[in-house]
Amino acid sequence: MKCVVTGSNVKVLGKAVHSLSRIGDELYLEPLDDGLSLRTVNSSRSAYACFLFAPLFFQQYQPTTPGQDLLRCKILMKSFLSIFRSLAMLEKTVEKCYISLNDRSSCLVVQLHYKYGVKKTHNLSFQDCESLQAVFSPASCPHVLRAPARILGEAVLPFPLALAEVTLGIGRGRRVILRSYQEKEEADSTTKAMVTEMSIGEEDFQQLQAPEGVAITFCLKEFRGLLSFAESANLPLTIHFDAPGRPAIFTIEDSLLDGHFVLATLLELDIHSQDQSSSEPHQQARSTAHQDNFASDDIDSYMIAMETTVGSEGSRALPSVSLTPGPQHHSNPGPDSEEDEDEAEPSPVPGTPPPKKFRSLFFGSILAPPHSPQGPNPVLAEDSDGEG
Amino acid sequence: MPFLTQRVQAETDQYCFVASLDNVRNFSTILKAIHFRDHATCFTTKNGIKVTVENAKCVQANAFIQAEVFQEFLVQEETVVFRVNLTVLLDCLSIFGSNPMPGTLTALRMCYQGYGHPLMLFLEEGGVVTVCKINTQEPEETLDFGFGNANVTSKIILLSEGLREAFSELDMTSEVLQITISPDKPYFRLSTFGNAGSSHLDYPKDCDLMETFQCNQTQVNRYKLSLLKPSTKALVLSCKVSIRTDDRGFLSLQYLIKNEDGHTCFVDYYCSPDEDVPAAESPV
Repeated sequence: MKCVVTGSNVKVLGKAVHSLSRIGDELYLEPLDDGLSLRTVNSSRSAYACFLFAPLFFQQYQPTTPGQDLLRCKILMKSFLSIFRSLAMLEKTVEKCYISLNDRSSCLVVQLHYKYGVKKTHNLSFQDCESLQAVFSPASCPHVLRAPARILGEAVLPFPLALAEVTLGIGRGRRVILRSYQEKEEADSTTKAMVTEMSIGEEDFQQLQAPEGVAITFCLKEFRGLLSFAESANLPLTIHFDAPGRPAIFTIEDSLLDGHFVLATLLELDIHSQDQSSSEPHQQARSTAHQDNFASDDIDSYMIAMETTVGSEGSRALPSVSLTPGPQHHSNPGPDSEEDEDEAEPSPVPGTPPPKKFRSLFFGSILAPPHSPQGPNPVLAEDSDGEG
Repeated sequence: MPFLTQRVQAETDQYCFVASLDNVRNFSTILKAIHFRDHATCFTTKNGIKVTVENAKCVQANAFIQAEVFQEFLVQEETVVFRVNLTVLLDCLSIFGSNPMPGTLTALRMCYQGYGHPLMLFLEEGGVVTVCKINTQEPEETLDFGFGNANVTSKIILLSEGLREAFSELDMTSEVLQITISPDKPYFRLSTFGNAGSSHLDYPKDCDLMETFQCNQTQVNRYKLSLLKPSTKALVLSCKVSIRTDDRGFLSLQYLIKNEDGHTCFVDYYCSPDEDVPAAESPV
């Protein structure tokens, strides 16, 4: 594999590496016929990110050396990141970047050409690896939001840096709400009584295809990473999501590159009930309802479900109404229930995580070349919710 | 004026070394550039002050502050030598804050009575005077690297901006920095060998960064990165750097630093090479 990146695209590449570095410790680099792909997954496999740089992104792109197989490799994120550490410097002084991968040298060579003819060559040792591919299908997600990255970037700006998760939902009047997420312990303690909430009007969105009351909670750190990339590239960000507990897919696209981030979402059992017109916020009724809901569950999931319930209590705009497990919040759909949804992708996400935090796997990595047909993935995490 | 001269005359009788300057930063900035160990030996002659810091008997840094930098500079003996705690000295020099408000300058008067006496500092800013007495120590013998011009095998003068990024981004997981200087390609190469792999930084012989390039014979030497890294402090301040190696592989880095008043000061580093250079190292 050999490719040459020039001019401002070097910074774009660097910026992509920076946002990938927010997720995983290892970088999977795979030259494909339709472009160079950079992927990573976090250690708990609850977040996955992929950038694909189209051949046009490069001044020269040659995925295979004649007579050689497609090579792919896995390198330490830290060492790759260090090459692109200073983005300001990349922009100012780097004119060209050569990346090459071949069998003989058994290292990934990244060469930066600076002003004045100064040249820096990095020989990174790499590991052979299987292709990393998350199973996801934006097409199967019923809800879609699209907005300029700047709008979303500004909306997450006020959140404290230490905040782990954020809840994104559609509120009254089809306003998009971003709210800091609190766990039960936090919500209980009086010391952490602050909830930050940002509300964005529908008119700021290029697409808003989601009913009022839906909401998902996901990690902010990874989201910020993608946002900063999308903002610098001045691209709109599309968020595809489904019920809580199902992964949310964040995409950016232009003619030269596309990026996909797949993030696990928290399983929140009552968030859908937000903003329905009832006025009596009585926790009593809700917890009873939950007890009913989970009568058949194991204690673990019961407790976590309680966590999320009380956690969302932090919002005053949360009247509790019908907790009937209606059809629209099939938070733990069985594998059969989604067969009809997938078209583009060979198999849908195999299973939703047990209702814990993002500790669980929510997608599998296919250990086969991306072209080969694949059977359904093994369920990596069994549904813990028996009822469906 | 005669009164002032008189006073100075009286003082010089008492002190063997007196120096004063309007802007203490012209002095302290240069000292910071060599501040990688606690203790420093100061040599004062009528030409100025040389402050020397050493580490591990392998690296030596010298800061030269010429007499012209000072408004007053008197040395009674041929050479006055004393050793002080550099950390303490720098703390005292920045006692009014290291980043003073624009427009305000801290003035310094520095006096030393001689062997066994403390170094006296009078610092004044906005009418407030601080007097510091720093105990001096027995001067230790400093290393003589014997870096003579006759033995220099290669000499490169570079604009510092070309090296600054390189040094700040050195792969610190590498134990050594390998410097290759060669009359043919790659001319001047800095290499590191870290956990993640190796990296080489090549400078062409004739570019705008390179002011001088003299080399007749390929030389590959390794230096402990931990010993060289502190020189980054001087590099950051400097506008030019001269890199020389001699036939034994010793390295001399000489930084030309312009202070706020436009005077030129020098900081130089000497470093001995790492012993076990692989014999089969090919210079390509």
